[in-house]
Amino acid sequence: MDNDVILQMSNIEMNFPGVRALANVNFTLRRGEVHSVMGENGAGKSTLIKCLTGVYQMDSGSIVFDGRHIRPNSVSDAMKLGISSVYQEVNLCPNLTVAENIFIGRQPMKAGALIDWKKMNRLSREALKKFDLDINVTKNLDTYSVAIQQMIAIARAVDIDAKVLILDEPTSSLDKDEVKRLFEVINKLKSEGIAIIFITHFLDQVYEISDRITVLRNGELIGEYLAADLPQIELVKLMVGKELEQMTKLKKTSHTDEHKVVVEAKNVSVPASIQDIGLTLTEGEVLGFAGLLGSGRSETAKALFGIDRISDGTISVRGSTVQLRNPAMAIKQKIAFCPEDRKSDAVVADLTTRENIVLALQGRMGMFKYISKKKQKELADKYIKLLGIATPDAEKKIGELSGGNQQKCILARWLATEPDALIMDEPTRGIDVGAKAEIMKLTLELCENGMAVAFISSELEEVIKLSNSVVVMRDRKKVAELRGDEIDHDRILEKIAGGEQA
Amino acid sequence: MSVLKRITGSAMFTPLLVLLLIVIFNLIVQPGIFSVSINADGNLSGGLMLILLRSVPVMLLALGMTLVIATGGVDLSVGSVLAIGSAVSLSLIRGDTVAPTADTAMALWLVVVITMIVGVVCGLWNGFLVAKIGIPPIVATLIFMVAGRGLTQVITLERSITTGHLPFGQIANGFTLGVQNPIWIAFIIFMMFWLFTRKTAFGLFVESTGINKSAAKYSGIKSTKILLAIYAISGLCASIAGILSASNILAIQPARAGEDMELDAILAVVLGGTNMKGGKFNLGGTVIGAIILDLLPRTMTFLGVGIQYSMFIKAVVIVLIVLIQSPTTGRFVKSLFKTKVSNKQEVAANESV
Repeated sequence: MDNDVILQMSNIEMNFPGVRALANVNFTLRRGEVHSVMGENGAGKSTLIKCLTGVYQMDSGSIVFDGRHIRPNSVSDAMKLGISSVYQEVNLCPNLTVAENIFIGRQPMKAGALIDWKKMNRLSREALKKFDLDINVTKNLDTYSVAIQQMIAIARAVDIDAKVLILDEPTSSLDKDEVKRLFEVINKLKSEGIAIIFITHFLDQVYEISDRITVLRNGELIGEYLAADLPQIELVKLMVGKELEQMTKLKKTSHTDEHKVVVEAKNVSVPASIQDIGLTLTEGEVLGFAGLLGSGRSETAKALFGIDRISDGTISVRGSTVQLRNPAMAIKQKIAFCPEDRKSDAVVADLTTRENIVLALQGRMGMFKYISKKKQKELADKYIKLLGIATPDAEKKIGELSGGNQQKCILARWLATEPDALIMDEPTRGIDVGAKAEIMKLTLELCENGMAVAFISSELEEVIKLSNSVVVMRDRKKVAELRGDEIDHDRILEKIAGGEQA
Repeated sequence: MSVLKRITGSAMFTPLLVLLLIVIFNLIVQPGIFSVSINADGNLSGGLMLILLRSVPVMLLALGMTLVIATGGVDLSVGSVLAIGSAVSLSLIRGDTVAPTADTAMALWLVVVITMIVGVVCGLWNGFLVAKIGIPPIVATLIFMVAGRGLTQVITLERSITTGHLPFGQIANGFTLGVQNPIWIAFIIFMMFWLFTRKTAFGLFVESTGINKSAAKYSGIKSTKILLAIYAISGLCASIAGILSASNILAIQPARAGEDMELDAILAVVLGGTNMKGGKFNLGGTVIGAIILDLLPRTMTFLGVGIQYSMFIKAVVIVLIVLIQSPTTGRFVKSLFKTKVSNKQEVAANESV
């Protein structure tokens, strides 16, 4: 074995209920190198790291660290061995002092039972000095910026004698100068022979700091490369794989004039929320929503689904004005809604996939028109197949499925009600690229079959790709509606930002 | 899924196993306890029937409680509603307290119906506080637990009352087809619960409301109505238990009737494997839980354990049962097993290096 190798993970396999998170993954880390682990959401990066740090116990495979087989059972296990991690959200205690944070769990003692505060503070100052950090260590941690907190976390890790340091998205809340400073620290640690695993989604930073890059995709190892030998565009291709093609293949349905209006909102206002919104959902069309968080996109959706009561204006469905006082009334009008917060507003985690899928349909049919278990199973199986939900069977608890599959179940719940209009609020949030592409493709298919779709997403590219019209919102008002060729990235951004159209 | 896994994975497995262990233990130390004989009137009697009979009141309260707990709530007022049920039915049958002028008793069926309506109204009040006003269930039902006790005193004019009305006594003490009536009543109510929750969508609505109220609402389920119905059902069950209790002894002690029974009812539900956090519920488990709660002290008494210690032992046994059922324990046991395996693997790996 290479003497330089500090860590060798071989044939790592990890399964979650219904999902293979890691299959046969190898990872080699050498002393004094910065090694980036790259991959899209759900590629298995964090699972790999969690196997290494003892958060998860891998199903099979081996880890050789510093010449010994290890199998850490907890984070503290791993830390004792010399494997420390610093997360994006600093995992220290904000209401303890800096010194307490550095020495928590290993306080210097005196007289057998008392903490030696003076020594602790002195040692803390010394530990931080290595990173040119001269701060008051008796102040609470949360009095310092995230960047400094991160330095403190690194200092703590190094002080515990880390041989491997894992930095998981350390730069996502840092500004440019702070990133520069962090990289100086990383280089310093590198020169001291510490091996660093670096995880980020900023490609530029990967190339700035890494020696090697390991790419994962869908839980499989794609390969290990020297950073200098791998052009950036190649890296992206490796990470995204064929999903990139899938994404670009999407094609909007063409609009013809004969399509009917399904839902129309006129001058709709909700107290302390949206003002004077007018829009139409038309058969066979996608109406996209663009705007920043809090611009009123979700609030508009909630008004259309009877969750928030409107104070002014009218909502009509298929030409007749309706009162939507609660979701049940909207569902009766054949409106469906996939909410933004999947976990708190959609998924009933302890129920089976089957029960989750039939829930809204049963809700509409009422208590006494019970859908027999056999019929439920047929429905569930139908949608599991149709949407490609990865679950061993319909009796699996939905909480045990991956985010993307849960989202598909929620979509199935609404498709089972055979709606005329489907409102989707952030349907692609927190799910992997493959599932994203599938959901987008499905959206277009539903449109082709005549459904009216409202599509809300923070990913502007998704909105642009899918929509026949785009409603742009700002400050809880509709500021523009763009159609067809007008739908253009720069123009939408301009409207969102509030720039005057030239 | 293998047959074994399906059996052990079933929600009924642990409650049944615990019951079985207690039964086996009793069969060893006091073999006669589960004897069933046919007495001179051709009715079933003996230890087993007695155990069933004695567990009926808690069982009735616990069935209603199961649904309340499934919605993530709890109903502390059932003991008091039981007392109200006893007081109302006795007063009506005597015809002297509520309506002092009447000489003759009201028709028996009317007494029963009125008492049940009173129970439903009590439950609706709880449901109103919880679902409409938004008071946490434990507080809302605590209010009625106290108020209901007072109401009982008002109805009975703070006296113990008795009656010699024999047909009324037959409700609890009579036999039908050789089996004492309360056992039939419990059986019928259990079957109605089962049909209502498993052959209509009510069970699904209750569970989804209990697990994620917001998701249930977004799916078009009217959780307010569900909650109102559930507390009403709990009140109804308590009032029926009240009628049985009054009919059994043809009397009521207003300050004591149904005392502490809400706690036994909650325990029966928990022993039956329904999670206090709400969600999936297990009616069969609740029935078994109620039987266990009757068997445990009985076993202790037989063993000569004094009442002061038997309460303590009961507590310990209950803690053990709850521990067995908790998923944390399950994971812990599994992890013990897993570590052993992985240690072996590690040894093997070390040897191969």
